[in-house]
Amino acid sequence: MIGAPVRGVPASENDLALVAQLRARSPKAFSDLIDRYHGPLVRLALVFVPSRALAEEVVQETWVGVLKTRGLRENRTIPFSAFADQDGDHEPAVEAARFQASGMWGVPPRRWEDVTPEKLLMTQEAMQHLEIAVSALPPNQRAVVTLRDIDGLESDEVCNVLEISETNQRVLLHRARSKLRAALEEYVERK
Amino acid sequence: MLTCQQLTELVTEYLEGRMSLWRRAQFQMHLGMCKHCRAYIHQMKTTIRTLGSLPQEQMPADIKAELLKRFRSMAPPERK
Repeated sequence: MIGAPVRGVPASENDLALVAQLRARSPKAFSDLIDRYHGPLVRLALVFVPSRALAEEVVQETWVGVLKTRGLRENRTIPFSAFADQDGDHEPAVEAARFQASGMWGVPPRRWEDVTPEKLLMTQEAMQHLEIAVSALPPNQRAVVTLRDIDGLESDEVCNVLEISETNQRVLLHRARSKLRAALEEYVERK
Repeated sequence: MLTCQQLTELVTEYLEGRMSLWRRAQFQMHLGMCKHCRAYIHQMKTTIRTLGSLPQEQMPADIKAELLKRFRSMAPPERK
């Protein structure tokens, strides 16, 4: 039998249907499973390994491992408790030098649509810039923003996967998004 | 009233819908009066949207074919 669902998040109807098809050995279901989860798994692996090639390798091994778990019976969570917020120092969302002593903007952000078409951010170059900025984040921030904003998981799902508190998740997300906004701002200003 | 700097530290709480009513009112009031902070929120939302449109990784076709081959060769379905 399939193991108990991970605490907190009920399996969606789609997932339950997929599991039923997998148990019936539907190749299409397995192909759908790969299509749905390969990308998110590679991104998650990139949090732990230094190169994309190695991440691909790890995930391919993961799929082989999935096939070896007789009948996909296991449903274990990955121990991720070491993933709590390790950033001791406070990192401001925006560098303090951009504010006046009063706390109001000294060097305010420009409205992007006034400066440049938002289409600019959808170019391959901008995407690469963003990918590099994501890869430069500390691992805990990278994991949260990857799962939440790139892979589109809900916050409670992210908390379950990474085994962190909701507050911790929000702090890490805030730091990551702040840095990525700054990276895009730097890119847009340069254009 | 909130300062712009404080607002930049509260933006995720705001976007995640995790603010108390009073804090949210303060936040909205500041936004109503400060075009720079409205630009900041706009940038943050655009950043999140751009992250969501990063291309998904695809598994190389030959590896997928090999995995499917292994899947097909697995034991027959479980019986109740």
